[in-house]
Amino acid sequence: MQFLITVLLDGLIYASYLFIVSLGLTITFGVMKILNVAHGGFFAWGAYLASISIIYLGNNEYNSFLYYFAIFLSAIIVGLFFGYIIERFILRKMYNEDIHLIVLATFGLFWILEDLILHVFGVDPLMPYYPAMELGGIELGGIFQGVYSLTLAGLAIIVAFICWYFLKKTKYGKVLQSVIFDREVSVSMGINVTKVYLITFIIGGMLGALGGAYIAPTISVSPGFAIDVVVMSFAVVVIGGMGSVPGALIGSLIVGLVRAFAVHQAPILELFIIYAIMAIVLIIKPEGLFAPPKPRKI
Amino acid sequence: MKLTNLKTLGKIAITGLIASILPMSVNAKDTVKVGVVSFLTGPAAGPFGTPAKQGAELVIDAINSGTMPAPYNIKGFAGATMNPIFSDESGGGTKQVGLFRDFVQKQNVDAMIGYISSGNCMAIGPVADEVKMLTIFSTCGTERLYEEKLRSHVFRTQGNAVGDSLAAAKYIADEYFKGKVSTADKMYTGINQNYAWGQDSYKFFKLGMAQYMPSAVGSSKPQFPKLFSGQYGSEISALSLDKAKIVHTSFWNGDFEAFMLQALVRGFFQKKILVSSVGGSGVDSLDKKFPDGVIMGTRGNVGLIVRNDTTPLNKWFIDSYKKRYGAYPLGPSYQYARAVMLYKIGMDKAAKAAGKFPTQDQVIAAMKGITFESFADTIEMKRGNGHQAVHSIAYGVTKYNKAKGEPGIEKVIKYSASCIYPPAGAISQKWVESGMPGRKCN
Repeated sequence: MQFLITVLLDGLIYASYLFIVSLGLTITFGVMKILNVAHGGFFAWGAYLASISIIYLGNNEYNSFLYYFAIFLSAIIVGLFFGYIIERFILRKMYNEDIHLIVLATFGLFWILEDLILHVFGVDPLMPYYPAMELGGIELGGIFQGVYSLTLAGLAIIVAFICWYFLKKTKYGKVLQSVIFDREVSVSMGINVTKVYLITFIIGGMLGALGGAYIAPTISVSPGFAIDVVVMSFAVVVIGGMGSVPGALIGSLIVGLVRAFAVHQAPILELFIIYAIMAIVLIIKPEGLFAPPKPRKI
Repeated sequence: MKLTNLKTLGKIAITGLIASILPMSVNAKDTVKVGVVSFLTGPAAGPFGTPAKQGAELVIDAINSGTMPAPYNIKGFAGATMNPIFSDESGGGTKQVGLFRDFVQKQNVDAMIGYISSGNCMAIGPVADEVKMLTIFSTCGTERLYEEKLRSHVFRTQGNAVGDSLAAAKYIADEYFKGKVSTADKMYTGINQNYAWGQDSYKFFKLGMAQYMPSAVGSSKPQFPKLFSGQYGSEISALSLDKAKIVHTSFWNGDFEAFMLQALVRGFFQKKILVSSVGGSGVDSLDKKFPDGVIMGTRGNVGLIVRNDTTPLNKWFIDSYKKRYGAYPLGPSYQYARAVMLYKIGMDKAAKAAGKFPTQDQVIAAMKGITFESFADTIEMKRGNGHQAVHSIAYGVTKYNKAKGEPGIEKVIKYSASCIYPPAGAISQKWVESGMPGRKCN
């Protein structure tokens, strides 16, 4: 029983982390049909901006509530700033280009964002551990879990709910679904697709940055740490279905739980098993488990 | 008129020729150009590459100006000033081999110093021999470098990683397992990165435990997470549920710090004893948050282990480093400085023997098999046909120094080179498996 509870908790925490990071990636792809490799850059910048803010607040003994304010503010600033610049001045000029060129452009942008970090923040690792240390640990199922890590699950649930509400219950959500379904039809119906693209890219960037900012207090934030996160997010998105929000959720849960089980039972297979699942999904259902339906064009 | 012009032109040409040759011959004696390679970007830059560069820079400047304490107080390298060219080690073996060739063939360096990654050392070693370039590896740890092939132009001033793991196992056997009777008390496990360094480190720790403490039992589920994965929640749970009390790790950089942070809030260190072979930089990063009671090694008598050592050379290094960079020197700072010191000694010795500025072959001959004083220990180039260093390795237990307000270490034990390294010509794994014949422990 202790084993099952532990695997479940470990899996849920890891899945929550993956869901927050991969959600922005899948939304961007769903609307814009762009595989945004620069997503890792948003993640890294979110982590760095949150880190310096938290370290400043912690060193000067400000109220702990401000840590969380700093995390969300960092995500908003990074998403708005880089999201606007990248979409408005680079991607918008490339929408008529071959899709592979756009992927290459986002790949280049990822390295530019990474390199900017070196120039702005330097090479020394940052450790904004204050929020995680303050919340401490709690005994669940016989072993201690970090409370801050558990709040990740809460954040993931809130983000998933907001996403569901936004897509299903708001006018803009319906507009978004229309663009996801068919861009050309949406244009003909008078939807300002250019504006939708810009807002979507900014929101996707904010979600990527939020993942980095929220995870920062539990890690050592150092140059290059975002690369693996992007690769893992791709695995999640491919399993769940490119462009599908429920897919990102289910993909994250599958990867998180299977990985946790492997770490406990066969540690040497923990990485292999994730990509094995991805390969199996690609063979059986190449579009992913929950890929949105495609319109049939005549 | 025509003849006079020709004579004048001839004089100008000869003067020009002499002028162009003269600086070259003077340069060859006045300056030595050396490539110094360490990670200046990427995850290894903060805890390894930058402190390494700073350590080399400090010692080079001191030797160039003749301000380093004895026995390095004679100005210059065989009288010449070193002109270091710092370069980034990131990008992998193929890129580094290309850069190495560029240093040798286009920039005409006199020597190469540095390299942290074992993969890079394995890639560059054969190339250094091929292009006949004196190369001093400072930090990389793989034992394969000299056990697979002897090297003619390559030296390494850092003992290989086998000694780190064996010394860790010996420390555990001597300090923690002695007299323990229950099986759980004599069990150990590990969490190491899933690549050559992590796998080899745990392999030799396990082999060492089998020799030093045959009754100790290794866990059936040691953890090998991916390098730089950053999230260790599941691994910490698995290690917590494991009966083994001792947990070995060769984690470094952000991986070590992330693991420590995540384990700290989960009360991990109240139940387990962590033995870390290379986590020295994390102690300073976490400062007073770093838990007491972690068994810590620093790959030799460097960094945290020798912070209170008052040997004049060590004291000078710590004081000068703190003054210049505002922090304590870490292990890589010492390792790079040590490689520069071997070059200095080799150059001076070769120049003295030759009675003139030495050739590269004379420097290599002078360095081969030499014993030299490092900051807080002695380095013996006694393996790999005189090209590979051995030295003592120390382990201690972390204990925050409240009086000084900084991390500290206690219960330090030094293990001599003859206790933790195989004799010359032996293959490490075979030597350990066959019961470490000929080992002498202090």
